[in-house]
Amino acid sequence: MTPAYPQKDALRAFVEHLKSVPQRIRETAFRTGPPTTDRTRSTFVFGNVFLHLHAVRTHRWSLRWSTTAGLGIMSVSAFLITLVTGVLLMFYYKPYPEAAYQSIKDIHFVVPTGRLIRNIHRWAANVMVVAVLLHMARAFYTAAYRRPREYNWLIGIGLLVVTLGLSFTGYLLPWDQLAYWAITIGANIAQSPREVTDALGITDYFDPGGLQRLILLGSDQVGAEALIRFYLLHVMLLPLALAALMGVHFWRIRKDGGMVRPAEADAILARQRHEETYPVFTEAPAKTYQLAAIVRGRTSNVGRGPENTVPSMPHLFYAELGVLMVTALACLALALVSDAPLKELANPSVPENPAKAPWYFLGLQEMVSFSAFMGGMGIPMIVLIGLGLIPYLDRETEGTGQWFGGPGGWPLVRLSAVIGLCVPVVLESFAIRFGWLREWFPKIPQLIVTAVNPGTLLTLAYVLFSIWCIKRYQSVRAGALGLFTCFLCGFIVLTIIGTHFRGPNWMFYWSPSDWPKH
Amino acid sequence: MTTKPKAAVSRLDPEPVPRRDWLGLGSLWAMGGALLFATLGMLKLPKAAVLASPSKKFRVALPETLPVGEAFVPAGRSVAIFKDAEGVFAVSTICTHLGCVVKPNAEGFECPCHGSRFHANGEVAKGPAPRPLPWLKVSVNGGLVQVDEGTVVPQGTKVAG
Repeated sequence: MTPAYPQKDALRAFVEHLKSVPQRIRETAFRTGPPTTDRTRSTFVFGNVFLHLHAVRTHRWSLRWSTTAGLGIMSVSAFLITLVTGVLLMFYYKPYPEAAYQSIKDIHFVVPTGRLIRNIHRWAANVMVVAVLLHMARAFYTAAYRRPREYNWLIGIGLLVVTLGLSFTGYLLPWDQLAYWAITIGANIAQSPREVTDALGITDYFDPGGLQRLILLGSDQVGAEALIRFYLLHVMLLPLALAALMGVHFWRIRKDGGMVRPAEADAILARQRHEETYPVFTEAPAKTYQLAAIVRGRTSNVGRGPENTVPSMPHLFYAELGVLMVTALACLALALVSDAPLKELANPSVPENPAKAPWYFLGLQEMVSFSAFMGGMGIPMIVLIGLGLIPYLDRETEGTGQWFGGPGGWPLVRLSAVIGLCVPVVLESFAIRFGWLREWFPKIPQLIVTAVNPGTLLTLAYVLFSIWCIKRYQSVRAGALGLFTCFLCGFIVLTIIGTHFRGPNWMFYWSPSDWPKH
Repeated sequence: MTTKPKAAVSRLDPEPVPRRDWLGLGSLWAMGGALLFATLGMLKLPKAAVLASPSKKFRVALPETLPVGEAFVPAGRSVAIFKDAEGVFAVSTICTHLGCVVKPNAEGFECPCHGSRFHANGEVAKGPAPRPLPWLKVSVNGGLVQVDEGTVVPQGTKVAG
């Protein structure tokens, strides 16, 4: 063994090594060189801890715009934007009443770029809620929840709940009138099981509502304790929960064989001329799948050559990067044209009138204006449980991976949309015009109002329609299509009514410009 | 003399659990139980034992002339105090629906958040409020009215003063 350099040249070697340090660091960080061949593209993906959640090759069906519309990546992008802007806002935000309000005011008027950062944070949060809802609708309408993706659908519902929780907890932090009263209402919705326990006269012994409110607020009123708890949830607990669920969600996508696609996907793709179409393996792979044998269920590529796939680098990553850029651009544009609101300092003795929650909760607020418990907890719980059960009830295979796939298809979705839009409009019109039980019979027991109100009747009508769909098409998937479409439309109608048509004292107004001056 | 060969002991045999396994399993279960109870105990932490809210009792002087049927709302309090021939009484102005502060008007109270209406005695006139506004404990002491927001009294309880 001869040393690379004679002893006397150690100094020169040292200088040589020093000069090559940047290159060596680059080489040790990216061991495989630029991703120019299929082989180095593969190693580019699985040699990188952040990229290796992706498969090294992606099916061309997954890359079609109509498969996912990029909604999942859009949700992640919006989350990343809120993460970055949120950390920036934490430099100045002080979670204590009055100080909180003043610090938001400082961020808005004094801190360099503070207003822009806060606006982006607020808009990205809104974009995230929209993207998550649309992403869920996409997964539902393409029947992507079916075997083997049932569990990932459940994780997705968890992500939806955490996303809404993040939005809601963020709403309190400015400590202005809007925030204070929205949180007062929210905390009392948590307490609303008392509507039932009071009516039964058992609140003294069994009071889950009171416990929920006490734990949420840390006190019996919305004050400093509530603010610090909402802050903790907003900047620590919920983001951690979201990150953990996101990790599982992405990992399961791979374990479940990538994006859902119809059985005839390859045939459809074959009919279209495509530059990238070339068989990679000319015969079935001679690999042994020792790891795959451990993983339960079917894995994506056992016994099949990865035909119709393209390298994830660059095809998938560039698509994802594109969605990230579009999302960032949308948030930036919205932030430039529309400021996040900041009303006057919270005043516990004078409610904001009307006190409106963020728009995506206004459908709920419309329902709690009939019954706090059913509108705020009962019906949302029914909807969440119903959503969770879908993959376990619909075990059909027809239409998987196709938009509005399954018996009934698009005509059924269209019919469901008409019914889903009309029923709440009729019920609401009736309740707005003629009032409801309490006005007709002031002494009526509360349990009857809790059980029979426009919200519960709406839910009942949707469920009955869904049962009709199951009978009519002899298919659970048809029932699910009907029910999901109905609830989506009901959510839209109630949200529009709550946002646009409700004014002071939650009275009906055709337009906010008709609101009385006060 | 031949001895019967001893049957090979397989782990799959439904033999009684060997002592060593029993100890191992026992310690695992003990650890699981300890973790469970420790977690349950820690879950008590977020439930505040002492509520950091200001005193619910306050004293206030009524205005010299308070017309019958007109509410007097002390600044910063969610209570409406009335005075009539039978005496003084106080009605909470926190809506029983979702906790907004109701506003006294000619007929009684109205809630700005979801449109509940109440009669002057607290009874619900219009939903969604599920219960009447509670009456609060009042005592009159040397011209000052003391109200205890933490103590509910039956509707119709009036204190001479």
